[in-house]
Amino acid sequence: MITRFMSLEWKQFLRSSYWQKSIAINILMVFLGLYFITMFLALGVGLFPVLEKMYPDTDPFVQVNNFMFYWLLADLMMRFFLQKLPVMNVKPLLVLPLKKSKIVHYVLNKSASSFFNFLPLFAIVPFSLVLLFKDYQLVQVAVWACSMLVFTLIVNFLNFIIESKSSETEFAFLPIMLLVSGLLALNHFNVISFSGILADGINYIVATPWMVLVPVLLLVGVYWVNFKMLIGKLYIDGALKKGSKEVSTNDLAWTRKLGAIAPFLQLDLKLIWRNKRPRSTILMLVMSLFYGLIFYPNPTYQDMPAMLVFVGIFITGIFMINFGQFIPAWDSGYYNMLMSQNIKYKNYLDSKYKLMMASAVILFVLSIPYVYFGWDILLIHFAAMIYNIGVNTHVLLFGGSFNRKQIDLNKSAAFNYQGTGAVQWIIGFPLMALPILLFYISYKLINYEAGIATLIVLGVLGMVFHQKLMKVIVQCYKNKKYAMIAAFSQSN
Amino acid sequence: MIKAIDISKKYGGNTVLSIANLEIPKGQCFGLVGNNGAGKTTFFNLLLDLIQPSTGHIILNDIQVDKNEDWKTFTGSFIDESFLIGYLTPEEYFYFVGELRGMNKADIDAFLLQFTDIFNDEILGAKKYLRDLSKGNQKKVGIIAAFIGNPEVIVLDEPFANLDPTTQIRLKQLLKNVVDNQEVTLLISSHDLGHVTEVCDRIVVLEKGEIVKDLSTSTETLQELETYFTV
Repeated sequence: MITRFMSLEWKQFLRSSYWQKSIAINILMVFLGLYFITMFLALGVGLFPVLEKMYPDTDPFVQVNNFMFYWLLADLMMRFFLQKLPVMNVKPLLVLPLKKSKIVHYVLNKSASSFFNFLPLFAIVPFSLVLLFKDYQLVQVAVWACSMLVFTLIVNFLNFIIESKSSETEFAFLPIMLLVSGLLALNHFNVISFSGILADGINYIVATPWMVLVPVLLLVGVYWVNFKMLIGKLYIDGALKKGSKEVSTNDLAWTRKLGAIAPFLQLDLKLIWRNKRPRSTILMLVMSLFYGLIFYPNPTYQDMPAMLVFVGIFITGIFMINFGQFIPAWDSGYYNMLMSQNIKYKNYLDSKYKLMMASAVILFVLSIPYVYFGWDILLIHFAAMIYNIGVNTHVLLFGGSFNRKQIDLNKSAAFNYQGTGAVQWIIGFPLMALPILLFYISYKLINYEAGIATLIVLGVLGMVFHQKLMKVIVQCYKNKKYAMIAAFSQSN
Repeated sequence: MIKAIDISKKYGGNTVLSIANLEIPKGQCFGLVGNNGAGKTTFFNLLLDLIQPSTGHIILNDIQVDKNEDWKTFTGSFIDESFLIGYLTPEEYFYFVGELRGMNKADIDAFLLQFTDIFNDEILGAKKYLRDLSKGNQKKVGIIAAFIGNPEVIVLDEPFANLDPTTQIRLKQLLKNVVDNQEVTLLISSHDLGHVTEVCDRIVVLEKGEIVKDLSTSTETLQELETYFTV
């Protein structure tokens, strides 16, 4: 039976639309994977000497165990956002003569083979080898490595329990945030020293190898809880169903004031708010507002204004870049309907333009506190905002007319490359690099103020010629109408 | 009202539709029948300018659909679920379409009143997004939305499929009322021979993209169609 499941799995892998994505994305994904593997390998090899240097008084091995608590928490957090229990594809198996328990075991065991569980091995194995090399006892090292693997699997299954419990609430990521920050706080203020307890535990296990049974029993425990949870919910209206809640509506009456674009603007706002993928774009946006904190406090960047322009364009333009590059693919699900309705392309696109414009202004206002790092930063943000509104919006709208990939609105955004094509990579250049280049040239040739002025002037020009530019863009969309309809109605 | 002149659609070397000449006068209720792959949806997609014809063109009320977009103001249509916006509630969808057709909220509310029995309390005020409605209820929303704004031409692809028996009967009645109004040209396709013969004045049978029969509905039509499709 298992072999049959495996062969299904293999076919799913080989035949998935995943491989039909463009070559560029596959290469990127492979590079990402290799990157992480390399990082972990480096960690595994380098950890021992680094710790030896940093904490000459303690045994590096003990020190690693002291950090284990943070490692596991970070692991849990990452999994919560990136890993999902693969239940959806068992639906066709339900009506076949298979025991439910078998299906559940299969799903759970499959989750154990995820990339997230293999990744730590790339650090654990080299670290263990280093330990052996440094004359630690083979038994101890083996026990340690085994218990690390068991801990990883415990986190794996614990994550699914947390996910399934918190998916019932409105803000699904709140429970895990509270849990993790609560544990960290308790630990930090020494109310309960989890990191100490865990370290003592691991040291004890290493000293008395049969105690490895404790984490193993724990693993069996979380597995069993998962099993019980799933087997009761293996109905198409249970775990296999995507939730449908009673919805509240808002007629967004204030948009009326905007005239002809009002219906489209309402549609866009609802699109963003009611669908998983655009909504998670908003979440990323909040995080990227803090992006400046990486650069501004660092004095090395203060002498590199071109770098600051990059940050400015990024901070005030993050929404338009994330949202704008997938115009009109956001509407791909009902593009046929829009095209047979009595609509003007101009209004449709204008609404997207206004939305991007508003986002730039709002993000600029939100980024005002960065004035703490100097007035010049505020000035750069302002220039970047004007440039974004005047130039980048039009570039994005124009680039959109080349979009041929449809988007399923209900999948979340992290690591989701659906809808991404060559367009997105090509368009990245004029969006980010061009303003930096323009700034840099006039900064080098004339001075700093001239660089800022260049961006502002270009932005203002874009705004002045907005109507003319829109006419050209609308014509592009009209010319490509059939190609877009055909591409959007192809499901993945 | 509608003229298809020498229209054809090819994919690769494969001709999926080829109609030399088809004229549909104003006020007619036109039914399109044919087995899967006969070209019914292709014809409607060409009519709505969603795909480009390989040869020929379609003229809607003196407007060539692939040259000028003005036909959109007087044409209502529902082809499939891709005409629905999944993340809107049914009300919001109706208001959206209404707005595109120059009707405000109050107009739409008044307009929807006449369909209360078709909605059967499951659609309006259900506080659900369209994507969470059942297939049948989604279809109802799409069909009703095609009637918004007093269109002169209404195109419905398989309106009866997926509907429950009660709604099928009610929809049939509704379509008959529409036909009685001589201002509206109605185009439907269906696999249910009984329904189309009951509703339509004229039935065209497509096979492999070509017109094989063009009948004015009479008492014998149903019999004739059934004989034709019994192979």
